[in-house]
Amino acid sequence: MLADSQRLLDCIPRLRRYARALLGAGADADDLVQETVARGWDKLSSWRQDSDMRAWLFGIMHNLHADNLRRARPVEVELDEALPAPDGDAAAGRLALRDMDAALRQLPPEQREVLLLVALEEMRYEDVAAVLQIPPGTVMSRLSRGRERLRLLMEGQPLPSPLKVIK
Amino acid sequence: MNAPVTEAELQAWVDGQLPPARRTAVDAYLAQHPAEAARLHAYREQNATLRTLFDPLLDAALPPALASPPLAAPARPGPAASDLPRPPHTPPSLPAGGAGPHSRQAPPWPALRLAAMLALTLAGGAAGWWLHDVTAPAASPALQAASALPGRAAVAHAVYTPEVRHPVEVGADQQAHLVAWLSKRLGAPLRPPQLGTLGWELEGGRLLPGQSGPVAQLMYRDAGGARLTLYVSTEQPLNRDTGFRFAQEGEVGVFYWIDGKFGYALSGTLDKAALAALANAVYAQLEQPGA
Repeated sequence: MLADSQRLLDCIPRLRRYARALLGAGADADDLVQETVARGWDKLSSWRQDSDMRAWLFGIMHNLHADNLRRARPVEVELDEALPAPDGDAAAGRLALRDMDAALRQLPPEQREVLLLVALEEMRYEDVAAVLQIPPGTVMSRLSRGRERLRLLMEGQPLPSPLKVIK
Repeated sequence: MNAPVTEAELQAWVDGQLPPARRTAVDAYLAQHPAEAARLHAYREQNATLRTLFDPLLDAALPPALASPPLAAPARPGPAASDLPRPPHTPPSLPAGGAGPHSRQAPPWPALRLAAMLALTLAGGAAGWWLHDVTAPAASPALQAASALPGRAAVAHAVYTPEVRHPVEVGADQQAHLVAWLSKRLGAPLRPPQLGTLGWELEGGRLLPGQSGPVAQLMYRDAGGARLTLYVSTEQPLNRDTGFRFAQEGEVGVFYWIDGKFGYALSGTLDKAALAALANAVYAQLEQPGA
């Protein structure tokens, strides 16, 4: 029991890093962490001993985040508008870290989730599928699309669009 | 070995998740396709940039929304608990975490806060109010339940006062509903004390799991946004009255008293005198619900 509580404590910094990367600057990320920890704490006795505590907590966070998105779509739009679009200079040199943050905001949320779990958490693909409750093939396609979109954004290139042929 | 390289395998190569048996094939493919190799290196660069960008969060101090809760200091056992037999476990000494390949030193703040909550609960003589099915260790259960009151109240205070979205389950704007709901679930009439003349407005209430049934938490807020909670338990097995007692649990001060089967605990990060004045007002209203 003590060990379970300790495991939960150990996960908090990771939850916080992930939430911040997922939601951007502002209070929303810490609200999400707060909700996740409170929920995890409440449900700790129902956590299966032989399962991965980190994956379990990230699953809780994912569900809370999905609920929030359904309730408050406009917030997502506001965040995007508040960020500067990549401009011509951005392609010139090595992009600042904050441009990565901005580019990340322009990914569809479902691609961002997969990319962050893989890149930050270094989660195995099958664990990402379990946390997000999606098939493994969907994990791979979202990862592939998200990375390519991010790469184009970071290089200041136009994004592929079905309506326009690029060169 | 001769199977064509798939996009999924290229992604796995980026993340070091490629099965060893396929490494040679993918390396050979990349040697022949420099543009693809450049693309994958850009993805690896993304991974590195993302970690550079967000890893500082692992060590960062918490912002006010999370940092405002009162348990910044490691918990000291409350006075009521100090004369009781210790639970079999001593409060945790918090070994450094080692969950994953890239685990780091836990940052002082969030871990400390929760560790403080954990230690508080242990010091309070019970195993943890959030673990419903834990049986109380040794010693007289009745004694433990009584002495656990301030600890439990302080933990509940620390958990819910920083809540931004859902500090309460039922808001004070639905006062009639709140009273009916809490009274019904507690199995006893509960009328929230009004502390407006002292500068504290009722924000609402929530139910929490107690040892054997629900307990109620009422939350109050002052003009500056500070919060005060009144924790009401109906499962005091000693079933005898006590006078006011005060416990300092970390930075949370708790005035508590037992009135028959009811246990009350008023928690806040106020100085003792201010909290005492509020506890007197609460007590007076509870004694004379018609007044």
